Amino acid sequence: MKFELPKLPYDLNQLEPVITAKTFEFHYGKHHQAYVNNLNNLVPGTKFENATLETIIKESDGGIFNNAAQIWNHTFYFMSFAPNAGGEPKGKLAELITRDFGSFAEFKDKFAKAATTLFGSGWAWLVINKEGKLEITQESNAGCPLKHGLKPLLTIDVWEHAYYIDYQNRRPDYIAAFWNIVDWKVIEERL
Amino acid sequence: MNKIKKITALIIFGFLGLQYTFIAQAQESQKDNTKIQTNNNSKNKTTMNKAIKFEFQALPYSYDALEPYIDKLTVEIHYSKHYKAYYNNFLIAIKDTEMESMNIKEIFRNISKYPMAARNNSGGYFNHTFYWESMKAKGGGLPTGKLSKAIIKTFNSFDEFKKQFSDAGKTRFGSGWAWLSLDDKGNLFVCSTPNQDNPLMDIAEKKGNPLLTMDVWEHAYYLKYQNKRADYIDAFWNVVNWDEVAKRYENALKSLSTK
Repeated sequence: MKFELPKLPYDLNQLEPVITAKTFEFHYGKHHQAYVNNLNNLVPGTKFENATLETIIKESDGGIFNNAAQIWNHTFYFMSFAPNAGGEPKGKLAELITRDFGSFAEFKDKFAKAATTLFGSGWAWLVINKEGKLEITQESNAGCPLKHGLKPLLTIDVWEHAYYIDYQNRRPDYIAAFWNIVDWKVIEERL
Repeated sequence: MNKIKKITALIIFGFLGLQYTFIAQAQESQKDNTKIQTNNNSKNKTTMNKAIKFEFQALPYSYDALEPYIDKLTVEIHYSKHYKAYYNNFLIAIKDTEMESMNIKEIFRNISKYPMAARNNSGGYFNHTFYWESMKAKGGGLPTGKLSKAIIKTFNSFDEFKKQFSDAGKTRFGSGWAWLSLDDKGNLFVCSTPNQDNPLMDIAEKKGNPLLTMDVWEHAYYLKYQNKRADYIDAFWNVVNWDEVAKRYENALKSLSTK
């Protein structure tokens, strides 16, 4: 099975000024595409030849894991956004956030802190843990919560390539702006 | 008569040689501290324990000196923002700890004992200092002398060394550094380290005295090269300061022979 770059539900300039079209051109058009190409080159002749991305992530390591997890992480990340989004979650998700973090503001603080303090390249995540509680985690490089049996709801990419063209060294500014494009309807559907 | 002259000459040269070795070692141990100077002028005892002064290293060239290989804006942000932040956070991480009175290599030799903030920021501080000094305007070309011989002896050719070093940079997944170092048996080796680790740290997979480094964090090249890390690596060879690398090699050899 050939892996493919997913189509995005918005135009590449529609999330400006939070994420510019130029960043998308590289992040989606080059990095994401390269992970897809690499994995398609790596799996033939291995036991993962007909496996799903999720299976590969759970069962592989090394280069195959890195590329598979990065395809999955980037798709999950890009699919979290919409133009004119942001605001606050509603319904069940809002309830869970209040239950497990005290308030939406407190959740935002904790998530932003995880994203700011992840050293090097990686991702911050909102997940449902094995006890059914919401939790914030950090993953280095291609790390992916699926590998640990967690259910991801939201992620932010803090590899420098995700924000360097638009924000350079100012990672906290990127994280602050990120909230303006999160599509909470999509995140709630992931519950 | 001639014999006496010869012996006298030998004694004098021997003495000068010793003096030279002594001076060279003193310089080496200063180097050891990456331009960190011991403050012998401290007047009161309480500051004597905190004698090591870690310096924010002046960039040895202007921001645009490495153009077109590394652009001005990249050097400016890399130096004045990233390097500065590591330096400041390093001082915070060691404040009121025993690390304050240690030189940087001692800190690295014991890094596994200290918090991650110390590891990340001491590495960030040292690695960048070392990187700035690994480059110069109109650099590149080929190493000469002893270093050149050692590279050819170890890697068969300069091109093979370049390939191994470049591959170390290209294949480092995520953020990190590529290194040429000298191990404690006097052998050259190439490796890469993740994030801000380096071969001087006790947690390093392969330990040694670094001679040359290349930053492959995306911030080192993204504004000019974006996803094309390989192009940045190709360009890097045009700014390598081989005189500095050769000097480091001599110093590393000397510190081996005095062990």
